[in-house]
Amino acid sequence: MIGTLQNGLAAIGRPALDGLAAIGRITLFAFSVVSHLLRPPFYPREFLTALVQIGWFSLPMVGLTALFTGGALALQIYSGGSRFNAEAVVPSIVAIGMARELGPVLGGLMVAARVASSIAAEIGTMKVTEQIDALVTLSTNPLKYLAVPRVLAATLAVPVLVAIGDSIGIMGGWLVGITRLDFNSAVYIANTVDFLEFWDVASGLVKGAVFGFIVALMGCYFGMNSGRGAQGVGAATKSAVVAASIMILAANYLLTEAFFTS
Amino acid sequence: MITLSDVHKSFGPNRVLCGINLSIAKGESLVIIGGSGTGKSVLLKCILGLVRPDKGIITLDGQDVTRADRDAFLARFGMLFQGGALFDSLRVWENVAFSLLRGRAALPADQAREIAIEKLRRVGLKPATADMFPAELSGGMQKRVGLARAIAAEPEVIFFDEPTTGLDPIMAGVINALIREIVVEMGATAMTITHDMTSVRAIADKVAMLHDGLIRWSGPVGDLDSTPDPYVQQFIHGRAQGPIESVR
Ligand SMILES: Nc1ncnc2c1ncn2[C@@H]1O[C@H](COP(=O)(O)OP(=O)(O)O)[C@@H](O)[C@H]1O
Ligand SMILES: [Mg+2]
Repeated sequence: MIGTLQNGLAAIGRPALDGLAAIGRITLFAFSVVSHLLRPPFYPREFLTALVQIGWFSLPMVGLTALFTGGALALQIYSGGSRFNAEAVVPSIVAIGMARELGPVLGGLMVAARVASSIAAEIGTMKVTEQIDALVTLSTNPLKYLAVPRVLAATLAVPVLVAIGDSIGIMGGWLVGITRLDFNSAVYIANTVDFLEFWDVASGLVKGAVFGFIVALMGCYFGMNSGRGAQGVGAATKSAVVAASIMILAANYLLTEAFFTS
Repeated sequence: MITLSDVHKSFGPNRVLCGINLSIAKGESLVIIGGSGTGKSVLLKCILGLVRPDKGIITLDGQDVTRADRDAFLARFGMLFQGGALFDSLRVWENVAFSLLRGRAALPADQAREIAIEKLRRVGLKPATADMFPAELSGGMQKRVGLARAIAAEPEVIFFDEPTTGLDPIMAGVINALIREIVVEMGATAMTITHDMTSVRAIADKVAMLHDGLIRWSGPVGDLDSTPDPYVQQFIHGRAQGPIESVR
């Protein structure tokens, strides 16, 4: 009985300790990536490829996510608001909700699923097939050649994705508002524009940049530390997505705390 | 001149190298033989600093390799990896010309491409392969692209990890001759891992046999057949019976 309990606790405790050690290594990794950002050599071609892969090809996914979310949000706020005879808040709450929270968080999570996994799998495969060793012997720093372009591209691309997602999400709310909830289109738009403040949008974009950084960093970190064989790459991919998602949610809380409590 | 003294390396409980002492003179061709999994690839990686030895000192021209300037050090080396290790996002010629296209003395793309095609020709590949991706090539062709990449920058020291494994006998002969030529003409120092006794005789000035984490035997290739060492005899004749356990 006690034995099973101990084993059970150990099974939780060991990963927790490993997790703390990993956080330390990830922090060091993050510092070395950042410190290489401004030092030559630069790899513009790798950067552009990463930008297209991470930014452009994520557009449809982020757009669809935002569209459905904005629509559902409008329905929920309408039914919740009707309890207080406050249906008129739908446009502004949809806009604030999308711009401040759902746009960056859902966008970030979707990008984590798509981008952290593909980066980890690609770099992990390079690791197990000795391509990373080969880079070193060809006098190329793998961190600079593989991690820096991807991290930079994600940090720049995700805010843009978030901005587009915000717009599409607000449009989704508007679409539902005028088709399903009897809003007048002009009034809906006027309410959205009038109540949305600059900082609502800007805070979401800052979050987007942080989430983009986290996603690419996790993909690169777990890829470069992949275990051996196909199993190692699989585990690295999974860890990258899990770590990126959790870190996005935690960072979101901390950023919200920092931005919106005074 | 490369020397290794008392080099140890373990992976967890798996003790791979247990005190390697070895030296390779400039312009010499050393071949390392030994069963699979005895740590031959790990040995090469230790010299290049891709794997950090637990203990021991490795020097190049008398200087400790861990203290040397990494870029300058690596610029003197070329390496053919056992699995080829080609960059699969890059075309064949970009792989071969990788180090020519980068760094301080970077060449313009068309010039680098020409050199790459010339190196591909030397390893028996047609210019048409230059624009293919590594995934479109057979294993043996990938190996030869890896070889072309290793010699592209004309390094002073070249490591070949099983250069002829997976090649047909004729192509293996071509590669053996090429390695010999690189040593003789370019004056390069070569360290080659192989299981192929034909290769050993074609390439080697000196042979070292790795067994149980130690250099079991080393000497000039001419002494290989006459040595009484039972390990070497078993290995070169491929006998199942002998001091080397065949069930590992
Ligand atoms: N990165 C690594 N992590 C753990 N074990 C390794 C690693 N690289 C090699 N090994 C182990 O070291 C031993 C020697 O491997 P290797 O040098 O590749 O053998 P070979 O002589 O066939 O080239 C093997 O048992 C292998 O499992
Ligand atoms: Mg090997």
